Amino acid sequence: MLDGRRGPAAQLAMSIVARMADVYGASELMDISHAHVDSTIYLGDATLEFAERLAALGARVAVPTSLNVSGVDECGWREWAVSPEWAAKAARQMLAYERMGAVPTWTCAPYQTQARPRFGQQIAWGESNAIAFANSVIGARTERYPDLLDICCAITGRVPAVGLHLTEPRAGQLLVRLAGVPRALQEDDQFFAVLGHLIGMRAGDLIPVIDGIVVSPPEDHLKAFAAAAASSGRVALFHIVGVTPEAPTIEAAFQGRAPAAAIEVTTADLRDARRQLTTADGRELDMVILGSPHFSLAEFRALAPLVAGRRAHARVKFLVTSSRLMKEEAEKAGVLAPVLAFGAQITLDTCILASPMLPPEIRTLMTNSAKYAYYAPSLLNTRVTFGSLADCVRSAVEGRVARDESVWETA
Amino acid sequence: MGDRVIAGRAVVPGDARGEALVANEPLSFWGGYDFQTGRIIDRHHPLAGACAAGRILAVPASKGSSTTTAVLLEAVRAGTAPAAILTTGVDPFFALASIVADVMYGKPFPVVALTVEEFATLQTGMWVSVAASGLIRSTADGQPR
Repeated sequence: MLDGRRGPAAQLAMSIVARMADVYGASELMDISHAHVDSTIYLGDATLEFAERLAALGARVAVPTSLNVSGVDECGWREWAVSPEWAAKAARQMLAYERMGAVPTWTCAPYQTQARPRFGQQIAWGESNAIAFANSVIGARTERYPDLLDICCAITGRVPAVGLHLTEPRAGQLLVRLAGVPRALQEDDQFFAVLGHLIGMRAGDLIPVIDGIVVSPPEDHLKAFAAAAASSGRVALFHIVGVTPEAPTIEAAFQGRAPAAAIEVTTADLRDARRQLTTADGRELDMVILGSPHFSLAEFRALAPLVAGRRAHARVKFLVTSSRLMKEEAEKAGVLAPVLAFGAQITLDTCILASPMLPPEIRTLMTNSAKYAYYAPSLLNTRVTFGSLADCVRSAVEGRVARDESVWETA
Repeated sequence: MGDRVIAGRAVVPGDARGEALVANEPLSFWGGYDFQTGRIIDRHHPLAGACAAGRILAVPASKGSSTTTAVLLEAVRAGTAPAAILTTGVDPFFALASIVADVMYGKPFPVVALTVEEFATLQTGMWVSVAASGLIRSTADGQPR
């Protein structure tokens, strides 16, 4: 490919992959059979120029490739503060990646679409939450691929043969013991997001192995964990003993080796971590925001009965960010209608962090997403209250923040 | 304290000089760096509010979002990127951003990997020069030599 026989785009992509192989210290490249491209996020002229340069050179993906969120909801942006110039450029960037033959999934939760990889499959994924989910919850194998490299891997079908693609580097390193964290707290729908936020901060470079989970968490709780841990930290792989596929036992999670380090997590630590996710101090509320990572069908199913027959307060916006596919499935399942009747808006293909949607008068947010809670204060200059899904609905109805603290106080 | 010389690993080679901006916390550029201004905006980060444009940024590693690389590429294009980035160990994200900045704009920035002990000798305000070999000179009084 480096000699240009597969065309100038493959040549350029391979030159970047080859230079990165040196950076990673890889002596060889290996094949992948799927890619997920996060380079889709439009930031400005540089991301657009990169995409259009590849497309103009005739780039084609060599393996099935899904696309992460873009910078614009093509159909819905006019309802928001997005400028026409931004919308036009972000749409051009979308088109460039579509022209390369990637599937227009436009979601940060590709693992909940037909792009879901298999256990052991070698893939090259971008998007921090998706990397952590694919590695940990599914047992597929990807390094932590950054924007601009993910598409080069997709075009060449090759990656440096290092790190989490191999078996040994997937062994757990940090033992995280939950100390007396009661079942009732583990069942709470905020628990895994809070635990992920905490472990992201504490794990550093190490692969954490969590011991002491006594519940069978639904997939969306593990999704929340992955997104939180990959936001507050750099977790690309975690093992939960008895839950994730490479951790049937502690010994298996550590591949028979001794942990490099061990920490204990108490209920008090979790309370502190949960408190950190809230940066607002009053009960004022401008907007409830759900869906980072993108809201799933199961999450729509959980939301529908909570909002049925109710109505969001006139002063409060209620936004769900999701994918085209999930919206369609929610509609078919009959769980979209009650959400819309409640007064919710749905944004597709993007999210409030990737598209400049929010009008400046939106100052205070409430969310059940640790990822939104982590990034919104810095990226959007807003203050955030973190709460459960039910708290978010109740607060939207009342027009001000209301949280049921009972599980967290008594635990 | 006099000059100090560190032999780092030039992950992406290049020359740069400037005032050091140092922290012991990893940084996500997405949600952490405003490429319009070169300012660090992650409120969870000790360097929040500091301007890194044209300075020698020393952080142990990247963290968080995969989009860190794209933000850095935008910063290079906008002229608001750090003059060089020093890390503990090799950070592929910073290296990639520099390599793509080279491919797209012919403007790579040096990325140098240090040991934890070498990194610990750096302090904000030092004057630092980075050579293509990975050699780093720092002077504690913040004066160019």
